[in-house]
Amino acid sequence: MRARLHSRWLVMGATIAGIFAAVIVILLIGGYDTSRALAALWDGAFGSSYAVLSATLVRATPLLFVGLAVGLAFRAGVLNIGAEGQLLAGATAAVAVGLAVGALPRVLALPLALGAGAAAGAAWSGIAGWLKLRFGVLEVISTLMLNFIATYLVSWLVRGPLQEPTRVYPQTIELSPAVQMPLLLTGHRVHLGLVLAIGLAGFTWWVLTQTAIGFRVRAVGAGAAAARSAGGIDPARTTALVFLASGALAGLGGASEATGVTFALYEGISPGYGYSAIAVALLARLHPLMIIVSALLFGALEAGAAAMQRDANVPSVLAAVVEAMIVLGVLAFNHARTRGRQA
Amino acid sequence: MSIDAAEFMQASVRTATPLALAAYGELVVERAGVINLGLEGAMIAGAFGALVGASAGGIGAGFAMAVVAGCAATLLMAWVVLWLRADAVIAGTAVTLLALGLTGTLYRALYGAQGAALSVPTLAPVAVPGLHQLPWIGPAFFEQPLATYALYAMACGLWWWLPRTHAGLALRATGERPDAALAAGISPVTVRAWALLFGGAMGGLAGGVLVLAQVGTFAEGMSAGRGFIAIAIVVLGRWSPVGVALAALLFGSASQLQYVFQSLGWPVPYQLFLALPYVLTLLVLAGTQRRAAAPASLGAPLDTAP
Amino acid sequence: MSDHALVLRAVSKQFGAVRALAGASLTVRRGTLHAVLGENGAGKTTLMRIAFGMMAPDEGEVEIDGRPVTLSSSAAAIALGLGMVHQHFTLVPAMSAAENIALGGRGRLDLGAVAEQVRVLSARTGLAVDPDTRVDALGVGAQQRIEILKALHGNARTLILDEPTAVLTPTESEELFGWLRRFVAEGGTAVLVTHKLQEALSVADDVTVLRRGERVLTARAAEIDIVTLVRALTGEDRAPETRVRTPRSQTVGAVVAQLTDVSVRDARGVLRVHQANVTCHAGEIIGVAGVEGSGVHELLRVLAGRLTPTAGTVSLPDTVGFVPEDRLRDAVIEDFSLSENFALRGAAARRGRMPWPELRAHTARAMAAHDVRAPSPDVRAGTLSGGNQQKFVVGREMENRPALVIAENPVRGLDLRATEHVLRELAASAASGSAVVIFSTDVDELLPLADRMLVTFAGQVREVPVVRDAIARALVGAA
Repeated sequence: MRARLHSRWLVMGATIAGIFAAVIVILLIGGYDTSRALAALWDGAFGSSYAVLSATLVRATPLLFVGLAVGLAFRAGVLNIGAEGQLLAGATAAVAVGLAVGALPRVLALPLALGAGAAAGAAWSGIAGWLKLRFGVLEVISTLMLNFIATYLVSWLVRGPLQEPTRVYPQTIELSPAVQMPLLLTGHRVHLGLVLAIGLAGFTWWVLTQTAIGFRVRAVGAGAAAARSAGGIDPARTTALVFLASGALAGLGGASEATGVTFALYEGISPGYGYSAIAVALLARLHPLMIIVSALLFGALEAGAAAMQRDANVPSVLAAVVEAMIVLGVLAFNHARTRGRQA
Repeated sequence: MSIDAAEFMQASVRTATPLALAAYGELVVERAGVINLGLEGAMIAGAFGALVGASAGGIGAGFAMAVVAGCAATLLMAWVVLWLRADAVIAGTAVTLLALGLTGTLYRALYGAQGAALSVPTLAPVAVPGLHQLPWIGPAFFEQPLATYALYAMACGLWWWLPRTHAGLALRATGERPDAALAAGISPVTVRAWALLFGGAMGGLAGGVLVLAQVGTFAEGMSAGRGFIAIAIVVLGRWSPVGVALAALLFGSASQLQYVFQSLGWPVPYQLFLALPYVLTLLVLAGTQRRAAAPASLGAPLDTAP
Repeated sequence: MSDHALVLRAVSKQFGAVRALAGASLTVRRGTLHAVLGENGAGKTTLMRIAFGMMAPDEGEVEIDGRPVTLSSSAAAIALGLGMVHQHFTLVPAMSAAENIALGGRGRLDLGAVAEQVRVLSARTGLAVDPDTRVDALGVGAQQRIEILKALHGNARTLILDEPTAVLTPTESEELFGWLRRFVAEGGTAVLVTHKLQEALSVADDVTVLRRGERVLTARAAEIDIVTLVRALTGEDRAPETRVRTPRSQTVGAVVAQLTDVSVRDARGVLRVHQANVTCHAGEIIGVAGVEGSGVHELLRVLAGRLTPTAGTVSLPDTVGFVPEDRLRDAVIEDFSLSENFALRGAAARRGRMPWPELRAHTARAMAAHDVRAPSPDVRAGTLSGGNQQKFVVGREMENRPALVIAENPVRGLDLRATEHVLRELAASAASGSAVVIFSTDVDELLPLADRMLVTFAGQVREVPVVRDAIARALVGAA
């Protein structure tokens, strides 16, 4: 176990170093002021307490939730690329319930909103799970379709039933303070959602490594035939459970974002967190505790990229290039590793 | 306000054109057994290539560059999936992300932050003599930019090619049973590589159409999920050339309905209409998967050596 | 032109740690039917795949029609006049017979013309096939005819058939052999890969026997008898070494498992096991033999509680140990540690936390008790040798003294030490009161162990005396 964790750090380090070099090359080709851009990247991510506590950690929070969701699904061999839709479902449910229970005290209202978010995410992903187990529909296609459906549903809700009363802006009214996540430090935007996400990462790790349910999930992911034959495990049942749990994590991510950052529902509530999640989970090699580190790195990257756009005029989509290269790098590395094992 | 049905249909066909082009590419890829989530990436790469090409050498160069850029994006995909044996879903997502990011970054680098003002010449609609005067469908189908007629040719070509050539048969066999293809002397890796390359070319062409026949300029992320819509179209069209044409038209008109409702002043939730084709796709999947409309090995990796 | 249609000379092939072929040779005379015999794992299929260009040999040469060739793919072999009918059919189920037969061609495809060619070919050869029917609507006999027509449509002059009768009924087999004799009489050449001795002797002109990747015998079929063949197949010197137990003379133990009128249909509705009746008693070892496709695997899986039969009653004990044939697919997870693999047993019913320290200690004890050689319970199962993996699996399945043990080919591919160890374990299990059911494709493995013998043939289960002759006859359906 220690050796495996050790190699995970090594992979992460090597991947990041390679990608850093590639980014510099892109900046040079693009004719950007490279030193200024890199300085902005660093300052935006780690340069000040504001950068860390109000940008990096705030962005890392939803990434951690969805990264866990994707990581858990991939561990069990479920190709859930629908974290984006599940996150939107979670955010929507959290806001809808939050608006209804805003008058209750926070100890009741906030958990209700978060619970609704988790349940909605689970339900959204449960549709894909049901379609797979009942009709054999590939989850790749169904979760992708469900992402679009969720996007349009949100788009409709914020212009229809959930729109703010003046009907000017396509968004809901602001959540009452009773359904807002408490801030961890006054004056900084980092909120309780981060603690919750880190706690869930630990919990997911504990479940996967220490409990019978988690063991079954890992067994089905690593060898479904052996799990069934030698362990009597029902892969379909385990897969169904993973769909629900993965959706719940992503939904909770949406709820955390809505109650901790945006305080309202609107169309662009997620800038593609659900897709970045794949990179987050893969860089961590699907290890829940490493996903914490990986989410922090991606949070820093996105915070830094925003600063880079602001200060050095380098488009923040450069972050997407980096994310993609990380995924491709991990895939290439996995290939080299399996090759090495065969030789 | 009145609404002109012919105008609506013309706009639907216009919207459906890039969708259908990309979907025909994806149809070929999926018939070979691969789901190409990198199609969205090929499309945005094609759009960017079209801008670069057209601003340097006119519309023709624009389309050429669009195709080249689309191919480049899926070549990366083919390399990762067929040679590195990586999961196609993850690889496709990465390729799309990479293309979105790279085009955005390069766009600003080449044309500056004010690049949005940059515009390139576009293809004007060309009326087909005689046919465009047909009632209803005339203007809709026969008063379109040349790209749309290229689409018709492509659709007919594929409709003929898939069942009537040995190459089409080899493609279908690869998507159904790669081991059977291998035993018959066909290399599934080669077939999938060519299929992906074709899919990339079509995705790039679709991106080019967006820029050179519709918008007239490039914008960051302008493919806006059309590559994924194309995947839905292939599923909804049940992997057949005719089905894809109908499904593309359905998606095209669904996205035009919002303008109809707006101009009529109807308070209809058009977003739900936009979502409808996706719901329909899921229903079709649930209803037909067991009856094996999909290629049997769709999404399954190859375990034979290249 | 050469007298030899196909020659393979000193061919070797290594798969990871397994040496599939160690300098094997084969010489097939033109216009003859040549049977290639060997037990499972003897290298028959690998040799044929090399002949057909599906894989490249590490060493050795291939000659077709007297010319040395290097085959880069099966397409190259087809172009040189070879055709192969694989044991597991390589047809596309969703396509018609005509489409399947046309597969691999170039240029325009005129399915109507192909269908017409198929009709002509079908009429000429007597292989009845409807070109327009989808393959998944056809039975195995018809699918095999399509495979043969596919090869002939590619102008094959030399046909390789890999275990063609494994899936056929006796009548279908008769028809196939009748056809093959005619094909050979008309100047064609056929290579028949099989492990059925009588089949080989009765239809072939020449016979080649492979054992452990080497050729041990080539002879005219008319000049040898079945005893010679059996000696060549199994190696005369082997049987005494594996004698680890003296079979009991009578059965006395209590009934631990019972199948009554059990029938199994597969996913496609084909009857695999027909009204089987099996009773297992405490303390006995039941040997099971049966060729591929005879329903033997389905029967064993029902006994192991891994398959629910379509009809009949099954009474099994609470604890069943199962040592499946495909170890890496069904028994161990290579990426899991030994402790984790050990914990697989009973994982479905476990609640709450995994008691890892306890499981680890338990695994370590089991490893010591069952001679599993690995540095610690924490190493990945994939790093162990096949023999150690198998000892681990046997150890795990024996750990809580199951009342019934089912083992499929438990010593296939193992070295002598591991073989002896595994067989001893199974014997010891029976001695301590378990009912032990062992299936093996190598009858000689069973003879010194089994108290009783069951043989499956075409879905029927029959009890026969523990005598080689009787078993051999039952395997091919002879009385």
